[in-house]
Amino acid sequence: MPDSHSADTESQLPPDSVGVVVPEVAHFETPLELACGKTLPAYDLVYETYGTLNAERTNAVLVCHALSGHHHAAGYHHPDDRKPGWWDAYIGPGKPVDTRHFFVISLNNLGGCHGSTGPLSHNPETGRLWGPDFPVVTVSDWVHSQARLADRLGIERFAAVIGGSLGGMQVLQWSIDYPERIASAAVIAATPRLSAQNIAFNEVARQAIRSDPDFSGGWYAEHDTMPKRGLKLARMVGHITYLSADAMGSKFGRDLRSDDLHFGFGVEFQVESYLRYQGDTFSTTFDANTYLLMTKALDYFDPAAAYDGNLSRAMAPAQCPFLVLSFSSDWRFPPSRSRELVDALIHAGKPVSYANIESPYGHDAFLLPEPRYEAIFSAFMQRAASSSEGEPKEGQP
Amino acid sequence: MMRADLNIIYDWIAPDAHVLDLACGDGVLLENLARHKGVTGYGLEIDADGITHCVARGVSVIEHNLDDGLASFSDQSYDQVIMTQALQALRRPDRMLHEMLRVADEGIITFPNFAYWRHRVHLGLRGYMPVSKSLPHAWYDTPNIHLSTFNDFEHLCRDQGLVIVDRAVGVGNHRGHWTSRLWPNLFGEIAIFRVRRQS
Repeated sequence: MPDSHSADTESQLPPDSVGVVVPEVAHFETPLELACGKTLPAYDLVYETYGTLNAERTNAVLVCHALSGHHHAAGYHHPDDRKPGWWDAYIGPGKPVDTRHFFVISLNNLGGCHGSTGPLSHNPETGRLWGPDFPVVTVSDWVHSQARLADRLGIERFAAVIGGSLGGMQVLQWSIDYPERIASAAVIAATPRLSAQNIAFNEVARQAIRSDPDFSGGWYAEHDTMPKRGLKLARMVGHITYLSADAMGSKFGRDLRSDDLHFGFGVEFQVESYLRYQGDTFSTTFDANTYLLMTKALDYFDPAAAYDGNLSRAMAPAQCPFLVLSFSSDWRFPPSRSRELVDALIHAGKPVSYANIESPYGHDAFLLPEPRYEAIFSAFMQRAASSSEGEPKEGQP
Repeated sequence: MMRADLNIIYDWIAPDAHVLDLACGDGVLLENLARHKGVTGYGLEIDADGITHCVARGVSVIEHNLDDGLASFSDQSYDQVIMTQALQALRRPDRMLHEMLRVADEGIITFPNFAYWRHRVHLGLRGYMPVSKSLPHAWYDTPNIHLSTFNDFEHLCRDQGLVIVDRAVGVGNHRGHWTSRLWPNLFGEIAIFRVRRQS
């Protein structure tokens, strides 16, 4: 059984870290039918685990990642790593997702570029890289692949499935597609469907990538190039939507890099320098085709669509208690979108708790330490932990 | 142990009822109702610590400002709606009363009785705005912007065509004794009402 790969000897790591972790790969030979009608004949999922699975196999928590996320949610790959995993603030011993109680699984989704089968993998039918031929995957496809990973790890039912942003959408899909396999759901900084404005921003990002001459119709890897300029632009525009106007204002204001204006088009304002840096870094570490796929998965997500837009009916199969959290300054998926989900759950008579966390950091707030966020997330996860130990459930509406 | 007014309300809630608790605080009433009477429903709360306590108890709680109304809740979707110690802090108590009886058949409301004799002594004899256990704030920082009395509330119910099914008083941490039941407007510190629409 895969277990935590924490190395206790890494004394220089923070005591509330899961320590050094080693990713694992699960290979699947059973073809996976996708929503688009195509079938993935075989695939790999790369994942990490933190904590220990109990004998009853009831303490597993699944972490779902967001647009540019991956399996490395907590801990360090190497003791010298500058930064821990992307949700390290919330996963670890004594943290809200307490690895002293939970066995946490975090994977890279299909179509990703961090080790799971995606555009950079080989297409067995052609012998070429998948590239732009990789099928457009949906949130539902991901959830089905995650369920197979759970089967592989011997997990019948998750104590909790949790995620922020696009990750939160996967949590929702879990509660609909596998209601009997999820005991509680935390949906953080998410939305039940993208707005026209959200899709518009995604389309700008896609056009930035696809119009880069180095994109080569998506076959850039075969040409040994990368559409870096396009991906950089995509990240820059995306990054603006992750921050709030106030957060940007207080971080950069109108600060200049030098004392004078140059009356030119070089980098003059600090915010320009920051965005370019973010874009540059991202464009060398992320795959452009993956970015296109992830934005499509976002755009297509709409569980209510099959029910004439009635989200309440879409959520009818769900059986677990929900925690829905939004952040006051998030304008990408603002609190009103979370409230829409909450209202649908209330109409469907589902147990749900909702809090709107005051934060100046916009959409990114779901990744950052915040005392109130930590307190309520901890309280919810402690309920999930005690329920998974067989305590009777209470307070179901 | 629950607050005196919560104990009275606990007895008034039917087993297995579906309820809304407006301003549910730390969720202690809903937790007890769920555990011992099979009651289901949601609490609404605006205080961050209260919300976290509710989640810790397993009470379903929604962060919500009552001044924004109850638009998220459909007509007649609950058996009873409870609102304890919040009426006096609302911008429009009359509208909330109307909303409560739109979403449920029955409303249970508690509020500090401004005509309680100690309050009258404060104001009438000493000439100061009353400060007491039920009205702990000074006049300048109080959230209580619509103070009223037993008589005022009965008047409002009459105006809205509501029937008062039951009425009780709380004094300190106890249920009121015979003097407060006989003259609630003078001896009742906490007013507790159970109202329905006229059928």
